[in-house]
Amino acid sequence: MSRADADPHYPGADTPHFLPRQMPLGEVSDRVLAIPVDFAPYRRAWWALFIFSCLLLGLFVASAVVVLWRGPGVYGNDNLVNWGFPILNYMWWLGIGHAGTFISAMLLLLDRPWRNSLNRLAELMTIMAVVCAGIYPILHLGRPWLFYWSAPYPNTMELGPQFKSPTAWDFFAVLGYLLVSLMFIYIGAIPDFASARDHARKRRYKVFYGLLALGWRGASSHWAHWRRAYRFVALLAIPLVFAVSSGYSFLLDLAPETGWHSTVFPPYFVAGAIFSGFALVIVIALGLRRFFGWQALITVRHLDVLGVLLLASGWMTAYGYFADTFIAFYSGKEHEITVTMARLAGPMAWSWWAAIFFNLVCLQALWWPQVRRNGKALLAIAVGVLIGMWCERWMLIIVPPTRDYLTSMWHSFSPTLWDWALFIGTFGLFLVPFCLFMRLLPMISTFEVKEALHRYRGGADD
Amino acid sequence: MDTRHDANPQDRTPLDWAAIRERLEGERGPRYWRSLEQLADEPAFADFIEAEFPSVAPQMDRRRFLQVMGASLAMAGLAGCGKPEQGVPYVVQPEKIVPGEAQWYASAVTFAGYAQPVLGRTHVGRPTKLEGNPEHPVSRGASTAFTQAAILQLYDPDRSQAPRYKGVHSTWDSVQLEASTLAERLDRQQGRGLHLLLGASSSPTLRRQLGELLQRWPEARLYRHEPFEGDHYLAAERAFGRPVETHYRFEQAEWVLSFEHDWMGAGPRELPHAVRWGERKRRATDGEGEARLLVVESVPTLTGAKASERKRIEPDELPRYLQALATALGEGAGPAEPLPAERQRWIESVARELQARAGRCLITAGERTPVDVQAAVHRLNRQLGNVGRTLYYTDPVVWLDVGEQRLDDLPALVEAMRAGAVEALFMLGCNPVDTAPADLGFERALDAVPLRIHAGLYYDETAANSHWHLPLTHDLDGWHDSRAADGSVCLGQPLVRTFYSSRTLPELLALLQGDLNPSGRAELRKTWRALDEAAWRRALELGFLPDTALAPVEVSAGPIAWETPPARVEGLTLRFLPDPSVWDGRLANLGWLQELPKPITKLTWDNVIGVSPALAEAQGLANGDRVRVTLGHNVVVGPVWIMPGQAERTLSLYAGYGRTRAGRVGDALGYGLAPLRTAAEPWLRRGAALARTGERQPLATTQSHHIPHGKEIIRSEPRETAYRKAADKPTVRAEPRKTLYPSTPPNEPVWGMTIDLEQCIGCNACVVACQAENNIPVVGKEQVAKGRAMHWLRVDHYYTGDPAEPESSAFQPVPCMHCEQAPCEVGCPVNATVHGPDGLNEQIYNRCIGTRTCASYCPYKVRRFNWFDWTGDDEPSIQHQRNPNVTVRSRGVMEKCTYCVQRITEAGIAARIEDRPVADGEVQTACQQACPTQAIVFGDLSDPGARVLKGRDTRRHYALLEELGTQPKTTYLGLVELPKIGEGKA
Repeated sequence: MSRADADPHYPGADTPHFLPRQMPLGEVSDRVLAIPVDFAPYRRAWWALFIFSCLLLGLFVASAVVVLWRGPGVYGNDNLVNWGFPILNYMWWLGIGHAGTFISAMLLLLDRPWRNSLNRLAELMTIMAVVCAGIYPILHLGRPWLFYWSAPYPNTMELGPQFKSPTAWDFFAVLGYLLVSLMFIYIGAIPDFASARDHARKRRYKVFYGLLALGWRGASSHWAHWRRAYRFVALLAIPLVFAVSSGYSFLLDLAPETGWHSTVFPPYFVAGAIFSGFALVIVIALGLRRFFGWQALITVRHLDVLGVLLLASGWMTAYGYFADTFIAFYSGKEHEITVTMARLAGPMAWSWWAAIFFNLVCLQALWWPQVRRNGKALLAIAVGVLIGMWCERWMLIIVPPTRDYLTSMWHSFSPTLWDWALFIGTFGLFLVPFCLFMRLLPMISTFEVKEALHRYRGGADD
Repeated sequence: MDTRHDANPQDRTPLDWAAIRERLEGERGPRYWRSLEQLADEPAFADFIEAEFPSVAPQMDRRRFLQVMGASLAMAGLAGCGKPEQGVPYVVQPEKIVPGEAQWYASAVTFAGYAQPVLGRTHVGRPTKLEGNPEHPVSRGASTAFTQAAILQLYDPDRSQAPRYKGVHSTWDSVQLEASTLAERLDRQQGRGLHLLLGASSSPTLRRQLGELLQRWPEARLYRHEPFEGDHYLAAERAFGRPVETHYRFEQAEWVLSFEHDWMGAGPRELPHAVRWGERKRRATDGEGEARLLVVESVPTLTGAKASERKRIEPDELPRYLQALATALGEGAGPAEPLPAERQRWIESVARELQARAGRCLITAGERTPVDVQAAVHRLNRQLGNVGRTLYYTDPVVWLDVGEQRLDDLPALVEAMRAGAVEALFMLGCNPVDTAPADLGFERALDAVPLRIHAGLYYDETAANSHWHLPLTHDLDGWHDSRAADGSVCLGQPLVRTFYSSRTLPELLALLQGDLNPSGRAELRKTWRALDEAAWRRALELGFLPDTALAPVEVSAGPIAWETPPARVEGLTLRFLPDPSVWDGRLANLGWLQELPKPITKLTWDNVIGVSPALAEAQGLANGDRVRVTLGHNVVVGPVWIMPGQAERTLSLYAGYGRTRAGRVGDALGYGLAPLRTAAEPWLRRGAALARTGERQPLATTQSHHIPHGKEIIRSEPRETAYRKAADKPTVRAEPRKTLYPSTPPNEPVWGMTIDLEQCIGCNACVVACQAENNIPVVGKEQVAKGRAMHWLRVDHYYTGDPAEPESSAFQPVPCMHCEQAPCEVGCPVNATVHGPDGLNEQIYNRCIGTRTCASYCPYKVRRFNWFDWTGDDEPSIQHQRNPNVTVRSRGVMEKCTYCVQRITEAGIAARIEDRPVADGEVQTACQQACPTQAIVFGDLSDPGARVLKGRDTRRHYALLEELGTQPKTTYLGLVELPKIGEGKA
């Protein structure tokens, strides 16, 4: 830390919260809590973003209606690659969803105050990503109106889910993850809602935030309970991150299909999930930093540490690539090698090499602090990782069935127009609520930032 | 729907009910056929049955009502012959008609003149499925893909439904008027100017009627046009001085050498060939002699694919090979231009081996090879003493003459038309405008004929060029007779009352002769009036007249006379072949057949121009590239397909496509090859040029990779060891595996299936049978191309060796494996696919939500998903074909092979009523029943005596992907490797 300390360009780099040591507490509130109440400076840009998001959402709704009306045949799937795009995108979005909880809960428990600038937006990202992910398994069904049959609900048929099936686990995984994430973000935001209520000048804002704040008065007993509840949910969320991301790897893992049936998948998928999630956190953090001019709150030091995290989780993911590929050859099984060669050199080899390029080769630029601290470079790498992870999912999910056991069934796969439309549309599903959150919620956990500032100011002053 | 111009049924004579009752009392449980007319001995009753009661409903008085009710009571089986038009529920349930219980009737469908004996299953009056007639020696219960699809043709909504005059719907009254005018004129002219063109026919009734017609109008002329019949009668005439039919007894032939002869492939006689060859293979398995097939051919065929050795030649080399063989067998001098040394040695070795097996071997040549080649083969078979042992000759099954008159061919007709000699032309049951070689100019010549009358199942290209189009009755809803491949007379009785306002060919001829109310049945009976009632009745029950098979005739082939080989021409050789799925196009409107993957290429919905890998490489062609094939001034443009094993300088062109009036299914598919064909050279032409057009055409194939990856998919064993017992082969199931889950109680029975790859000839009969039995939808070319074909049973095809000249190839039918440890069952989140108590892997459609996890987890990829609603918009008539015992699946559910669970249940119920276990062989799956070579055996694996266990203890028994531990209950018997000729003793 001494190097950063010595660097005059990065004031505050030596503090545990990465903020300038002397930053006035009021400035935090002004910068964050004032936004929803006094939105005028951002209105034009926000509307532009919102309308764009709505168009994407419109595309999503249109595609979803087509899919529901005409049947899953509108996807490019066939009897061989019968999962295709919906499951690919499900896994991609669900993976992204994991970083939010991880950053927020893990760093909370590890007492890393710098998380406070990032946890709110990361958690929001999680929820929206899980929603985007969760909609896919329903839309991919043959008879989506019966999706609830995979839930254990009492019925006259006395039929319940078949619990050996990882598809049944998915239902619980996604639902559980969504609920815990919602709880986590909500509990974490209660003091901020109270703060926003107190800042609000208009009656309707007072009522809105007042209801959300659940009567928070900042009493010590409130804080004591809150702290316990928040940490408890964080404790719940951490194992859930691992359970869910290894859980959806079982969807592939438990199939006796070469290319899926691999013991490295659960850790590989956890790493990949966190990796892609970090990438999206970086993209959003950089976006909000610019949109709201939060350079003081999301500091270069934040970017620096996010870059390091991205690099680290990228290597963990790369371990998955290497282990999976190595074991395939080491096993000596002919079909394992066939499938792996199809990934490396088959007609869809682009997906493997794109994953390697974006997730491994480009990533190495992050070894250089100058790159990590350069917003544009970091953004480019993060966007690259998102693309790379999508290609990785393609390589993992779509390539193996095209080289199934029986050569007679080998068949290619190509997505249709609606596959793409629905996928692009999910960005609308992601962005529209996100825009609304930007408009209405404090996007940085101000009280936690202030608390950290206060704590470490005292400590540093000593 | 009933547009018939029947006389008022009330005018009909009342029935002799007493006689009916009397007869009924005497009859106990006739299985196949019941007719009130027989019972009542009342000819008019057939007409009454045809009219059936609903048509009289408007004027029904009390007496009439009772009569009708009485009829419905007595019509045990015949109620099946009626299609209720207005629902009148039974007041009293007639005996022997149990809704849901099928009635079986013996009948026949004809294909290219040959009868295919069948049993038709009807459910409450609706024919739903055809099976081969087990009593008939030609079928023995087996059938072909074409025969299986005949039921769909019966229901084809595009069939012609009423007469048309100049394209406008007309009535039979007008037809009768026209016919009587014509008859008057013909009477005056002694029939001069009347010309009749027919497809190949073996119908004795039709022949009798034509004979009568010629007596009345001696100047009338008869012609025959069967597009892909070939020249075998001509060749026989060359060899023996008279046309004879060659019957092969493959079951007796230990060595078969075939020259350009696809006798296993689709065709009118494919069934007996396959049945007999299946028997030969079985005998070889049981240690009785060998079963070795050698094929010399230019274009890959099923027969070539099943050969233990296949030699690729250019078509022009064929006579040289025959000459070399003849010389080696001591007949005549060798070819002017000697064969390559290696091939010469091979031919000599083969000749030695054949001589060593004189009387136990067989040489065959294709019907479409040069006449001298075929004649030479007749001679060589005689020299080898095979005649009477592995083959015999009879009079032609298809008649070539009527009375004194020999039926002439199409060029003669065109000549007559050009000469203006044709005043009235009847084109009966053929479609010459589409199938005639273009150089004849048939269509142009036809325009000059003053009266053109076409009769056919469809309003086709010929119909559109005719004044009159008369709809023909389908074989399954009208009376007809014709001879099966062995010459025995099959009686085709309707499975259902005639759907449309159509007539059978005998009815048409009778009508032409002035019979105003012709009855197909009466015409038939007239032909066989020598039979007494009991014999007639028994024949109808059986479906054929016993002991009518043609007797062998003594003929002796003269010495071989070789024609001078045609001058060598630069360029490519064209071979014109019938399509294995739609033949010459007559089956083009049947979705089942269009979507049926063609045996070698696995292509659907299109015909292609087959090119050799070498030619493709030289010209830079890829599958689906459109090319222009030019010969002289004639051009055909179509997509190429690279055919491993095809002769380098030969293109194969397939008929049956490029049709414009086949119907909604068959129109505008593929290309038509007529422009390149000539009447003189209908099978083979030389000197063609090929050029790329630069365009591409998407083609839908169900299998794009034909090389098996690894040896585990198709296994083979050398002959010496293949039949040895292997101690470690699990006969039923492996011992219980270690598992975390509670063990399931042992099943009783354990249904399983054994598929013998050595027996399987890849003929696709099982695939269509499965489709018919299990209501499997047709999805169309685009969906097949996307990999969404719905067949529950697929026949995979693999090559080994060099693509230019594959060493061997194999067919592997793949139904659901019904794994004991099924991955699909683990994957389903909603318990929609579960393990049944009898070991079946069951799919519960109404529980399925369509996650497709089961299909993703299935290593065999046998599960089929309803990506769309495939069945909702089917025509009502197509819906009537469906098997009521099988659920029609909706959108979004998974389906797959059920081992025909409906048949298992049916047999189970029957057994339970009689308080006995289900006997071995009592349950036959649709695929098993159709299979002509009995490659598929189904049964109870827990029954030690079950046929399904046969061979399961030998070394060649294996389970597909058994290393995955799925413990499939469908298992395979691998191929048997024979040493190559010259490489040690066979």
